[in-house]
Amino acid sequence: MAAVDLLYFAWVRESIGIGHERATPPAEVADVAGLIDWLAARGGGYAEALADKTRLRAAVDQLFVPLDASIAGAREIALFPPVTGG
Amino acid sequence: MIRILVTEAAIDLAAELEGLERAGGGAVASFTGLVRDDGGVEELFLEHYPGATDEALAKLAAEAENRWSLAAATVIHRVGAMTPGERIVFVGTAAAHRSAALDACAFLIDRLKTDAPFWKRETRGQDARWVGERESDRHAADRWKRP
Repeated sequence: MAAVDLLYFAWVRESIGIGHERATPPAEVADVAGLIDWLAARGGGYAEALADKTRLRAAVDQLFVPLDASIAGAREIALFPPVTGG
Repeated sequence: MIRILVTEAAIDLAAELEGLERAGGGAVASFTGLVRDDGGVEELFLEHYPGATDEALAKLAAEAENRWSLAAATVIHRVGAMTPGERIVFVGTAAAHRSAALDACAFLIDRLKTDAPFWKRETRGQDARWVGERESDRHAADRWKRP
């Protein structure tokens, strides 16, 4: 697939060490869960932040989606913990 | 009339309430959330998802406006560093009658907690930790689901 903007927030951002990057996932990465596995395989802070999917939420092109949502055609994908505003 | 604001600046309650009173309804309701000191919190830092936050709040406000026929809705959320006692969030509604204004106000703050991309980090001395999700918040948001 084409290059996509990846955004990380809260402790996901802190563990990975950056808040934004551009990446080009391989064609076999079809959904958000697949993207998480692909990123976690980089090891280090990625593996630490992305090990437990039950603690992660995602947005594709700024819309909240479940982790089995497709990332085909996505321009921006955000990974973050459950929200805690208010 | 919908007013959405995500800001580092302090929230001016009097100005916001006066704005809602000018909307032409007979009832104005509001909720103000303050930073708690929860066991010695010295700083609360609010992170958000720029680009998605405004839209998430505007979507909730539009849903409330439509469901309760509001004359106005205001949602203001602060971001950045705050100390206990400071206002962190303000939700205000104006409607023809009190029940619509009160219900819409409760709906907005309940759903904001589960639907808007904000994250809180508490600092106590050298210890900084991200606040975890609360099940009670999910239940509060769920009660507004329609059958």
